[in-house]
Amino acid sequence: MIADFGYGVLVVSFLTALYSVFAAIYGELKKLPNMVESARRAMLLTWPLLTLTAGILIYLLVNDHYEVQFVYEVTSLSMPTYLKVTAWWGGQAGSLLFWSWLMSAFTSLVTFKKWDRDREFLPWVIAVAGITLAFFLGMNVVFENPFRQLYQTFEGINPYTFQPADSILFTPADGRGLNPLLRHPGMVIHPPMLYLGFVSFVIPFAFAMAALITGRTDDRWIRLTRRWTLWAWLFLSAGLVLGGRWAYDVLGWGGYWGWDPVEIAAFMPWLTGTAFLHSVMIQEKRGMLKQWNMILIVLTYDLVIFGTFLTRSGVLSSVHAFAESAIGPLFFVFIGFTLITSIALIIHRWDSLKSETKMTSLLSREALFLLNNLLFIGILVVCFWGVIYPLISELFTGQKVTVGPPFYERATGPLWASLMLLMGIAPLSAWGHSTVKTLGRAIWKPTVGAVIITSVIYATYTQKIIALISFFLIALVILVTIYEYWRGAHARQRSQGENFFAAFWNLTGRNRRRYGGYIIHLSMMLMAIGIVGIEMFQVETQGTIAVGDSINISGYTIKYKEVASWDDNPSGVNYTRAVVEIYGEDGAYLGNLKPRKDFYFDSQQNMTIPGQLASLKDEVYVLLINWEPISPVGTTFKIFVNPLVNWLWMGSFLFIVGIIIAAWPDKDTELAVVRSSKQVRQASAAD
Amino acid sequence: MSLISSKKLLPMAFFVSLLLLVLLSQSNSVLAQGEEPTDDDVNRIAKQLYCPVCESTPLDACPTEACRQWRDLIRQMLAEGKSEDEIKQYFVAQYGARVLSDPPNRLASYAVPVIAFLFGALLLFRGFRMWIKPAESEAVSSMDEAKPVQQDEYIQKMEEELNKRK
Repeated sequence: MIADFGYGVLVVSFLTALYSVFAAIYGELKKLPNMVESARRAMLLTWPLLTLTAGILIYLLVNDHYEVQFVYEVTSLSMPTYLKVTAWWGGQAGSLLFWSWLMSAFTSLVTFKKWDRDREFLPWVIAVAGITLAFFLGMNVVFENPFRQLYQTFEGINPYTFQPADSILFTPADGRGLNPLLRHPGMVIHPPMLYLGFVSFVIPFAFAMAALITGRTDDRWIRLTRRWTLWAWLFLSAGLVLGGRWAYDVLGWGGYWGWDPVEIAAFMPWLTGTAFLHSVMIQEKRGMLKQWNMILIVLTYDLVIFGTFLTRSGVLSSVHAFAESAIGPLFFVFIGFTLITSIALIIHRWDSLKSETKMTSLLSREALFLLNNLLFIGILVVCFWGVIYPLISELFTGQKVTVGPPFYERATGPLWASLMLLMGIAPLSAWGHSTVKTLGRAIWKPTVGAVIITSVIYATYTQKIIALISFFLIALVILVTIYEYWRGAHARQRSQGENFFAAFWNLTGRNRRRYGGYIIHLSMMLMAIGIVGIEMFQVETQGTIAVGDSINISGYTIKYKEVASWDDNPSGVNYTRAVVEIYGEDGAYLGNLKPRKDFYFDSQQNMTIPGQLASLKDEVYVLLINWEPISPVGTTFKIFVNPLVNWLWMGSFLFIVGIIIAAWPDKDTELAVVRSSKQVRQASAAD
Repeated sequence: MSLISSKKLLPMAFFVSLLLLVLLSQSNSVLAQGEEPTDDDVNRIAKQLYCPVCESTPLDACPTEACRQWRDLIRQMLAEGKSEDEIKQYFVAQYGARVLSDPPNRLASYAVPVIAFLFGALLLFRGFRMWIKPAESEAVSSMDEAKPVQQDEYIQKMEEELNKRK
């Protein structure tokens, strides 16, 4: 009964979204402001409606309504309540609903904004966001209804949206339970972050489309959505980082990123989004690249849809799975439809999107930003090709292939290195015009510094050439960024008489996008240190030892102390936990680790939880691979030493800080302009 | 100029050293007959293989029973004195090319992104030349044009202010 009600509300939400699309378009075309207003209100209404739908689903999840197929598949009696709530996005139907719910929240937020200056955008923003929302809701209504219930008929037990004739409701005694891998706290936050990133990129896209449709193709749409884009980027980045951390903590293969198609699906919109963030600056500053920015935001939007589709449709396993899944072809059609429509619109407005100025120098900031875009798109092409290559191969040659990490690492490695080089040069080049001479004058000091640092690394740490190139580039970018920061702060210090820290603080506060950007560059380099460390210097060993014995690896001694195994019946888990002691090179005791193996009864799945001993230098990562209670041989451990990996996590943290600084809302812009012009006047008076 | 040459050098250095790495890593992969292979020997090969069922999980990290049996098979073959290539070939023959982490047809898999990238680079540099050529003749006027484009008063003021302080 409650489930039927939930489905009813879901259908109403879908119809409301559809209505808002039609009302917005009709109202705008027929010049009926009341109709557009009605569309806006309908869009506002979708959020409470979907909140109610979600509330009903959560009620069913929390109260063990196993007659509902979705509840049966993702929860079980032994799961704690908070996990039952988060199981909402633990399965396909629920996560599509979750997507729609976030999407409607964002669109509602947008429609709340003051529209006085941009009234003409409103109906089209509603229409574009509404079409996206209606598409996702339509999936839920028609194919992936989370409220389907299990009915017993003569043919057996099957899920139905409407009760079939001659059937009775079937309620299983317990559910199948959430995949244990998804019960980790990282996995609880990771999907919402990623989805937040996904849906918030729909907003700049909607504005871009509105700009194209209305013909108001100046950079107003970019200015209106600048912060949206940054927040979208923040969420997407945080989602990716959390996903990496989760993989590192629970997947038990000693890594954080496996170039899995599902990871890449989330990574691709991040690539175009990052390119977009850079290239919109060229449009704002120089009035160039308007066509390109449009293409980038369209690509980002469709990659967002593609990403959701990849993770949700099972297309990746095989072309056959794609054909079998009901939602696969529909996603495909939707992506095709939005892509063709938006490209047609861009072509329609092509002339009005021409650049206002010309490129004047190959070394100008805008030229380097364009190179940056080329590299990001290059990485995107590699990723996209790698993801679809198995399908293409199967389709054309019948041969199934795997595209694994070696392909991506080889193909993107040089591109990443070139990007880092650009990151070192671009902040020093000027808008409009830069010459080899001006750039050379700015860059020689950081370059000398980077060479010295690399030499020290060569003498003390590694002679691997790729690692040395990477460390040189990392050092260069860090030094350039600090140098830029220092120059700004120093200038402020001199002119304003502030102390260095105040100058530093105010500098960031006054031009947050630039200095937030620098912090992001710095954080990227910290992450790069971690990535170079784990990718190039990771060592691993595996061995079976008895209690009291030890394994040696990279100067560490891992001594096996004890093992215990016990059932935790209320949680439905069997824990096996070993205790090992870690000793350093000089025999000093560094601590003990407790690697675990958790066996979940409901889903009959194992989870391998590593023991981690972290430091800035490296991390000892111990996995309990195998343990037999009666085995005389002992216990099998797999041990990784992951050099520098913690720089990756520190970098990630700084990265989020950097984006928050860059994206933090300005105080009222009009006020800021008045204030700053006043200050300029004061400053010039002081001169 | 320096930018372009270092851009060419980097990928070259990258590929050359990668080749070296690959060559070096394959040298000592054959065990003498009768020698007991260690877990590390097994994992070194398993790392490069994927079973057809557990997608995206390399064989050395896969916890399923089927994958454990594959690893045992690798161990057995190593003990028989088979080389790394022979073992990989055995799995390819049994289960198809999908067990390898890299598609066997290198040309097809790598060519497309490389061509696409080169095409993009070509487009970009053509664009640069088209932009810059007329600009050089009217360099002065385009520099004049450049300024009023900065429409955001706030940013412009900021820039001015910052410039003053330098």
